Amino acid sequence: MPGRARILLWSAVIALLILLPPVAEALKQTFYIDLLRRVMIFAIAAASLNLILGYGGMISFGHAAYLGIGAYAVGILAFHGVDSGWMQWGTAIAASAVVAAVIGAVSIRTSGIYFIMITLAFTQMLYYLGMSLEVYGRDDGMRIKTHSQFWGLIDLADPVSFYYLVLALMLASLYLVHRLANSRFGMVLRAAKSNEARSRAIGFSPYLYRLAAFVIAGALCGLAGALLANHTAYISPDFMHWTRSGEIMFMVILGGIATTAGPLFGAFTLLVLETLLAGWTEHWQVYLGPLLILSVIFFRRGLAGILPGARDA
Amino acid sequence: MSGALLEARGLRKSFGALRASDGIDFDVLEGETHAVIGPNGAGKTTFISQLSGDLRPDAGSIRFSGEDVTALRAPARSRMGFARSFQITSIYREFTALENVALAVQAHAGHSFRFWKPARSERALRDPARAILDEVGLGARAEVIAANLAHGEQRQLEVAMALATKPRLLLLDEPVAGMGNDETQRMVTFLASLKGRQTIILVEHDMDAVFSLADRISVLVYGRIIATGSPQEIRVNAEVRRAYLGEDA
Amino acid sequence: MNLALVFEQLLNGVQFGVMLFLMAAGLTLVFGIMNLVNLAHGSLYMVGAYLAVSAIQWTGNYLLGVLLGLAGTLLVGMLVEVVALRTLYERDHLDQVLATFGLILFFNELVAMIWGRTALYTELPSWLEGHIEIFSGSRYPLYRALVIAVGLGVALGLWYVVTRTRLGMLIRAGASNRTMVAALGVNIRLLYTVVFGFGAALAGLAGLMSGPIYAVQPGMGELILIQVFVVIVIGGIGSIRGAFVGALVVGIVDTLGRAFLKPLLGTVLSPTAAEAAGPALASMLIYLLMAVVLALRPEGLFPSRGT
Ligand SMILES: Nc1ncnc2c1ncn2[C@@H]1O[C@H](COP(=O)(O)OP(=O)(O)OP(=O)(O)O)[C@@H](O)[C@H]1O
Ligand SMILES: [Mg+2]
Repeated sequence: MPGRARILLWSAVIALLILLPPVAEALKQTFYIDLLRRVMIFAIAAASLNLILGYGGMISFGHAAYLGIGAYAVGILAFHGVDSGWMQWGTAIAASAVVAAVIGAVSIRTSGIYFIMITLAFTQMLYYLGMSLEVYGRDDGMRIKTHSQFWGLIDLADPVSFYYLVLALMLASLYLVHRLANSRFGMVLRAAKSNEARSRAIGFSPYLYRLAAFVIAGALCGLAGALLANHTAYISPDFMHWTRSGEIMFMVILGGIATTAGPLFGAFTLLVLETLLAGWTEHWQVYLGPLLILSVIFFRRGLAGILPGARDA
Repeated sequence: MSGALLEARGLRKSFGALRASDGIDFDVLEGETHAVIGPNGAGKTTFISQLSGDLRPDAGSIRFSGEDVTALRAPARSRMGFARSFQITSIYREFTALENVALAVQAHAGHSFRFWKPARSERALRDPARAILDEVGLGARAEVIAANLAHGEQRQLEVAMALATKPRLLLLDEPVAGMGNDETQRMVTFLASLKGRQTIILVEHDMDAVFSLADRISVLVYGRIIATGSPQEIRVNAEVRRAYLGEDA
Repeated sequence: MNLALVFEQLLNGVQFGVMLFLMAAGLTLVFGIMNLVNLAHGSLYMVGAYLAVSAIQWTGNYLLGVLLGLAGTLLVGMLVEVVALRTLYERDHLDQVLATFGLILFFNELVAMIWGRTALYTELPSWLEGHIEIFSGSRYPLYRALVIAVGLGVALGLWYVVTRTRLGMLIRAGASNRTMVAALGVNIRLLYTVVFGFGAALAGLAGLMSGPIYAVQPGMGELILIQVFVVIVIGGIGSIRGAFVGALVVGIVDTLGRAFLKPLLGTVLSPTAAEAAGPALASMLIYLLMAVVLALRPEGLFPSRGT
């Protein structure tokens, strides 16, 4: 039965996401295409965090760093006249992976609250770096004049084509994290989260596995950053702001930690909630803050935890 | 060279002013069950942890089948053939019993940088794990989440995980602690069935278990081994009776 | 650059350092005793600054305003503990991080609603303006000197509490909740509330002292909070001594870096390159320092025995 519920749930979700653009266009509500594209981009970021946080137990409070690096890779290359999406996105992924390797190598040696503080601090360092990059607009950021080019295969300037590309990439990312989490590699991560002393006693050295997961998560989030840069046609240090890291973390939790679909549900819930509140009052964060606190206290399992079929075996 | 599988020489470990290991010399012969007994706080767990690589001794050396392993950490020692159970049950509580053991099998089946194939359905991991669960008598409980197993079953599971690594030396820290009579009896019978084919260091307070399982017994008091010998010798040793067994009654 | 200037910047570093210490001490204390990761500690710093600004305006008396600001932060801290944080002691760090993140959003926006988003500055009373002469040719602002003195005074007081009292002994031992109750024989809930309020007041003190030096604005707390994290990581969590040393090191390195890195780079690089790299590097300096410390000592300089 859980198998069928799961297939049903996924079919419904995918069908809705595919049908959204034509419906929204017919109703002249293209705003929703934009919103859902944003949701799906953040779902990729959240899925990448879910790999290390949900399955690996590494409470990284600095995941926005890779969003920023991915976005800046696109922005900086575009600024210097490199429009090729292959180059831009490749660089985004590679640069994020390299930075994740450096940050991970230092921070994974520690654990608990140290890990939280260190990942946060490193991201703040990158934030300040962005703030001081004179050429690239410092704290103002800069506009990206042309979207990433893919030999004319797809035109990202067209909101709908871009939407479907993001949809495909998001589904691929969720599937990737799902496979990783259930592979031998993923089992080592989960085991080390569950009981590190036991893992060491049976012969696992978790460090390299955690580092590898950290790098994969960074690279995947870098891709999300490249998408986000194209989505907003704009980059700024705010992409790396620590509140952004907190938001991605909340998406993972709200959606249901260590579940395949959780990041999508979480990104959807948080971003739609933010949009609704922001449309209602300028001071929406006064309401969002307590709502988040309440969700932590009373809604520990997340959406995927209560939806039939969303929790995986 | 002696015929010892493991030789510890001059192990010292202090916590602040407390000398938990105060110059321990200790041997285990291939195939024997060597029990370590001693009053609470004597330093038995500290000793085991130094053997397993979870604690680094302040001084002294540990040789394992002729090799100096003193500098190796727990994972490396596990790969050399050490396996341990902890005094406080240490298992993966969120995983099923089968997954617990399969993880132990996986840990000794080459590196785990395998990113794609679902590990849970891999026969190479499942089959050996299931065989070991059957062997310890948990076969029927394979699909139960470990946290939901009874206390005694959890301790059995931990032993099963240790065995799944095909150890050359099994370090057991109070395997029957907290067990009821039946559970204890089952565990003792099982450990007895390993005798001869498995080298064991057994820390235990349950004297019936110790005297029925041990080939040799060492008595650890205040971080020192005050006597080593056969069960008969230990039973009649005046110093042991004074320092330990005497107080017990 | 002359010696007097270096000396002045060094003092500025110490001044920044003691403010970091006031923050770090509260954070470390709350973590050490209640095992609570409180990201909203920066919010209390901000609340202290705003309350003091308002209280000073309202009473027209600087000292009275400061006292009211402190008392107000203490109360806000205790209120937050009772309403929101109490339920989180038994939760894991992830929950604590998330919930206190929600608190930050709330406080930042609340402050923006009440006081607006533009930066405020505290007026100093005339008796706090002016300079003192430390040695001939080197003048230092009286107010900043006072901040240093207050910070060192608090450090001394904390040192006394931690090394000479029973409460401090338990803190040092990294005592668990249960042994604390047994040893102190007091109402543990009340004790926690008071300790939290005390930590909040320290943060508030740092915040209100920062008023005349830095801008008072929404989000000010997080800027310093993350630097405080660096302090704690370098010093070793749970250790007041580590917090003190870490705070001074971070304060001095950050201040000197901002003041002298650019001219220093200018001597080896081209002026434009130094112009570009100087500020970037200066703002990253303490994080690099943290990375180096961690690479050498993952537990910080003064790892406490407890956690
Ligand atoms: N990590 C530690 N830090 C400080 N003291 C420790 C630590 N581990 C053990 N001790 C102390 O060292 C002594 C020996 O402890 P150990 O756990 O080795 O004893 P044991 O013989 O296993 O006792 P038991 O029979 O109760 O299990 C005890 O006094 C204990 O309090
Ligand atoms: Mg013990």
